[in-house]
Amino acid sequence: MTPDELRKIANRIRRRDLQAVYEAGAGHIGGEMSVTDLLTALYFEIMSVDPDAPLDPKRDRLVLSKGHTALALYVTLSEKGFIPKDEVSTFLKHNSRLNGHPNRVKVPGVETNTGPLGHGLPIGVGMAKAAKLNGDAWRTFVITGDGEMQEGSNWEAIMAAAQFKLDNLTLIIDHNRLQQGARLADTNNLAPLAPKLEAFGWAVEEIDGHDMEQICRALSPETVTTGKPKCIVAHTNKGQGISFMSDNVAWHHKVPNDEQYKQAMAELEEAE
Amino acid sequence: MMSTPFKDAKLHDCRVSFVETLEVLAEANTDIVAVCNDSVGSSKLGDFKERFPERLINVGIAEQNMVGVGAGLANGGKIPFVCAAAPFLTGRALEQIKADVAYSETNVKLVGISSGLAYGDLGPTHHSIEDFAWIRALPNVAVVAPADRIETAAVIKWAAAYEGGCFLRLSRVGVPDLLPEDHVFELGKANQLRDGSDLTIIANGVLTHRAVEASALLEDRGISARVLNMASVRPIDEAAILSAARETGAILTCEEHTTFGGLGSAVAEVVVESHPVPMKRLGVPGVFAHTGSANALLDDFGMASDAIADSAAELVKRKA
Repeated sequence: MTPDELRKIANRIRRRDLQAVYEAGAGHIGGEMSVTDLLTALYFEIMSVDPDAPLDPKRDRLVLSKGHTALALYVTLSEKGFIPKDEVSTFLKHNSRLNGHPNRVKVPGVETNTGPLGHGLPIGVGMAKAAKLNGDAWRTFVITGDGEMQEGSNWEAIMAAAQFKLDNLTLIIDHNRLQQGARLADTNNLAPLAPKLEAFGWAVEEIDGHDMEQICRALSPETVTTGKPKCIVAHTNKGQGISFMSDNVAWHHKVPNDEQYKQAMAELEEAE
Repeated sequence: MMSTPFKDAKLHDCRVSFVETLEVLAEANTDIVAVCNDSVGSSKLGDFKERFPERLINVGIAEQNMVGVGAGLANGGKIPFVCAAAPFLTGRALEQIKADVAYSETNVKLVGISSGLAYGDLGPTHHSIEDFAWIRALPNVAVVAPADRIETAAVIKWAAAYEGGCFLRLSRVGVPDLLPEDHVFELGKANQLRDGSDLTIIANGVLTHRAVEASALLEDRGISARVLNMASVRPIDEAAILSAARETGAILTCEEHTTFGGLGSAVAEVVVESHPVPMKRLGVPGVFAHTGSANALLDDFGMASDAIADSAAELVKRKA
């Protein structure tokens, strides 16, 4: 797909996500807007996955470790055909399989049940190790939030991935500089992230996490360094695409009122 | 019947039986892998490492990552045996066990080595006497504590074939042989080691042979004690517990675990809801243990064979 086509899909995912948050009266809209371009590039350009065979042993794997942005994943999976598009309207409803965090047992295309932070990367290390043991070419991608990197379990996995030389593993840090309650810089500042990963033996690349060309290039197999796991520090904005939410800590899980919803939708439609 | 049936019996470290069985299974099935936390020695995985070097995945001292890696390997089609000292496997990585194994329904075999009071004089940081309670509270994870070398081998064979998560609670404390060499483990099924009519003693792990000895001592005192080896703590053998309650009218449980939430609690949950009878639960009585070897601590907490027999005799007196 061309970057323009991918941008159109990402815009459609943002609009559907916004509508679902508005209708459900809940969601993590800020982080969903920041991660949408990354999910779009992975599912519509990079990864080999088949909605008709969601458990194909040779599929590429994505672990959305920042599981609270499950809605962005559900909309992406519905756009890709893993779940019906109209099912997104059941988000958070009583008995819906689309709860606030993804469930692999119930939702095809989900690889593991995330929610508590710092779980996805260790699992990604295990997946990548399994592919290496089998001599398989499938790749593993893990998306974490930047605040999530405060969890020590991530650094246990970072050590192991370098030791095991897992060049089939890519960690994408959605670096939107905000966590739930405050800016990273005012909480427990991990930035700059790149030199820390490099010091642990990873190949690191910094990109604009909303620039489709940069995202696709950084995720392409040609940019893998043999023998090293790869980390992409994706500089993003929480609430990307909606002016009054963008880079605003108040919009971690706030729900737009009628007027805000109309304005947000108008801005996204304008951008399309 | 001799009152001390295991007086001269050879004692076995069940870890040996665990790794010997695992190596046989790994020879036949290349998907079987072992994951550990720098515990190659204490998990006795040295030979496994030599025979299958690429299939011994040592993540270093990092238990949260170890369990997550196990879940990822299972996602990739592997059958991981995740081996570590039981207190650190269950305590340090409990949320990974909950989210990545239980809730995600992954095919991960959690092997808790040196469980219970096995680390004796290293102290309560190294004791694992809460693990039955923690793990049996989680859906989708079978909890199994084998009693001897033979049952350990049977349980490892079962686990490799079982599709789903399980917690296998092994010890390093020597125990005599109890089960027949051809024993086949069945999840959720207890084994009756002695029949009796005055009460039933239910035990597992390193306590089972002490329960058998107690039963022999009771026979000398004219009390007929049934003994059930209940390796499977979740799911638990409700039918065997109900039969014991109905037919013997009193139940004594013995476990190398705190009396809060372990085997005794699991048995009591069945008894109290279906056929209430007098019960007594022996275990570590909700305290951090003092200094001592595993066997000395079990004796101190009222689980020497003769003390178990005394508790049983007291319990029988409470029958209406």
